[in-house]
Amino acid sequence: MTPRALIAEDEPLLLQGLRAELQAQWPELQIVAAVGDGDSALREALQQRPDVCLLDIRMPGASGLEVAQALAEDWPAGEPLPLLVFITAYDQYALQAFDAQAVDYLVKPLQPERLAACVQRLRARLAERARADEPQALQQLRALLAAAGAAVSERLEVIQAGVGNVVHMVPIDEVVYFEAADKYVRVVTREREHLIRMSLRELLPRLDPQRFWQVHRGLVVRARSIASAQRHESGKVTLTLRERPEHLTASRLYAHLFKGL
Amino acid sequence: MSDAAAPAAAGAPWRWLLWLWHELRIGLPIALIAAVFISTMFRDPFGRTLIYSLCIGLSIQFLIESGRHLGSAWRRRRDPAWAALGSQWPGWVLMGPWSAGSAVIGYFGGSLLADALTGLHHTRNPLGSDLRPLSLILMLSLGFTISAVYFFYSRGRLAALQAATEAAQRSAAEAQLRLLQSQLEPHMLFNTLANLRVLIGADPARAQTMLDRLIAFLRATLAASRSGTHTLADEFARIDDYLSLMAVRMGPRLAVRIELPDALRELPVPALLLQPLVENAIRHGLEPKVDGGRVEVSARRDGDTLVLAVRDTGVGLAADAAARDGHFGLRQVRERLATLHGARASLALTASPDGEGGALATVRLPLAAAP
Repeated sequence: MTPRALIAEDEPLLLQGLRAELQAQWPELQIVAAVGDGDSALREALQQRPDVCLLDIRMPGASGLEVAQALAEDWPAGEPLPLLVFITAYDQYALQAFDAQAVDYLVKPLQPERLAACVQRLRARLAERARADEPQALQQLRALLAAAGAAVSERLEVIQAGVGNVVHMVPIDEVVYFEAADKYVRVVTREREHLIRMSLRELLPRLDPQRFWQVHRGLVVRARSIASAQRHESGKVTLTLRERPEHLTASRLYAHLFKGL
Repeated sequence: MSDAAAPAAAGAPWRWLLWLWHELRIGLPIALIAAVFISTMFRDPFGRTLIYSLCIGLSIQFLIESGRHLGSAWRRRRDPAWAALGSQWPGWVLMGPWSAGSAVIGYFGGSLLADALTGLHHTRNPLGSDLRPLSLILMLSLGFTISAVYFFYSRGRLAALQAATEAAQRSAAEAQLRLLQSQLEPHMLFNTLANLRVLIGADPARAQTMLDRLIAFLRATLAASRSGTHTLADEFARIDDYLSLMAVRMGPRLAVRIELPDALRELPVPALLLQPLVENAIRHGLEPKVDGGRVEVSARRDGDTLVLAVRDTGVGLAADAAARDGHFGLRQVRERLATLHGARASLALTASPDGEGGALATVRLPLAAAP
C-alpha cells in the first residue's frame, strides 16, 4: 500500500521546498494534501486520513500542536492514528518537549540528512504500525500538550460575563463547565449560562488544573461536578454531572483521567 | 568598594588581615599625629603618649565603626530600598550623636586601658579641678574623631556612587542586549534562512535579492543596538527590508504599503524605532489570520509633531491585546521615547478606525527637539 502524507506549512516557499525534498527522498510517498493553515490541516487530515502528518508548529488558525490534539480526538475509532512529525524554526521549549518525548520533529532550515533520518524512521514505523502503538502515541501527545500549556497566568476567581450594559459576576466555583464556541467560551453554571469573549486557549492557563479538568480540547469541567464517568469501546468517556442534566464527552486523549481506584 | 565588602572578596585567610589593615591604616596615623602633637604640647614622653593616644584613638574608632556597622545592618533590615543602594553609611542623624558619644566614651575608656597597660594613673578625673588640659584633649580627640568619621563617610559615599554607576552601566548594557535580541528574533531569522535555502535552488536571482535585504536589515539592527539615530528615509528603507523579507515568507498573505512624504525624508529618528511595531503588526495581527492582510507604514507632520503610524488589517486587538501589550517590543519603544523626549513623545495602540479592522500603532515625536 502506498503511504500517504499531509503537509501543513504556512510559508509557501517552505511548503514547496519540503514537498520537493520529501518526494526526492521518499518517491513512493503520496502527498495527498499540502495546506497553509491549521484549520485546513485538520479538515484535510480527517477527510484524507493520511498515514503521516507533517505539521508546522506556528501556523495561522490552529497551531501544529492543536491540530495534533484535535486529530487524536476526532480520528475515527479503530483506525490507527497518523504518525506525526512537527516542524519548527526555533522554539526552545517545544524542542525540549519533543526531545523528552522522542517525538519526530524537523528544524527549519531543513537539513537533507536530518530529513533522510526522519523518513527512515517513519518508514520503519509504518511497516510495523499496529494498534498497539496507539497508547504510546497518545501518551507522547499528552506530555507535549502539557509542556506547551505549562505557562501559568494569574488565576481567575470571578468570571465577568457582559450582556449588553450589564456585567454578570460569576464566581469561579459556581462554574460547572466551560465549553469552547468558536472565539467565545460558554460558561455554564447550575442555573444558567453566559458567553465570554475569550478563547478557551486564553482561559486555560488562568484556571486551577486541580479544580478544573480539561476533558476535551473544547471542554473544561469542574472536577467536583463530575458524578460518574462511563468508558466506551471507542476510548471516549461519557460524564454525568451533579448540577446539570446533560452528559458531556471526554475524548480518549483525556480518558486516562477517569480510572477506578 | 567599601571596607566591609572589600575583605569579603578576598580569600578566607586574608579576610581578617585585610579588614584589619583597612581599619588600622586610618586609626594608626591619626593616633600617631595626635601623640606627636600632644607630647610636643605638654612635653610628655613620646612613648607613653603614643600608648595613650593609640588606646584612645583605637577605642574611639572601634566604637564608631561598631556603631556604623550595626546601624547599617539595622537600616538594611528595616528599609529594603536603602539596602539596595549598598551603602555602608547609616546617615548623619544616627552617626552624628553616636560619634560624639564615641569620642567621649572612647577617650575615657582608652585612657583607663592605657593606665592598665602602663601601670600609671594618668587618667584625669573628669570632675577634678584641672579642667583646661582635659577639655583641650577632649576637643582634640573630638576633632580627630570628626575627621576620621568624615573620612569613612566620604569613602562610603564614593563606594556607593561607584556601585550605582556600575549598576547603571550594567542595565544599559542589558537593555542594549535585549534590544538586539528582540530585533534578531530567532524564529524570524531561521525562517528567513529556510526560505533563502529553498530559493537558492529554485530561483537564484530572487535568492540574491532576498539575501541583500537580509544583509541590510542585519547591519541596521546591529548598528541600532548601539543606540544611534538615522534619517526617516533610512528608517523606512530598513522597514521596507524587513517587510520584503516577510513578503517572501508569507507570499500572497502579506501586502505592504509604505508612505513617506519627501519633505520628511531627512528628519532624524531613533534607529529602528518602528521595527518592533511592524513586527507586532505581523506577529500578532497578520500571522494568526488565515487570509493574511496588509501592513501600512506612514509618516506625516501635525504642526510641530511628527506622527508615525503602523497599521495592519489583522485579527485586531481584542483577541490578543494582553499578549501584545506585555510584549517587550511595545515596552521598548515606550522606554526609548521616554528617554529621548519624556512626556512630549507618545505611543498609542488602538483599533484601526476604519471598517477594515486590525490594529493601529501611532508614535508622536516633537519635531523641533528631534535628536
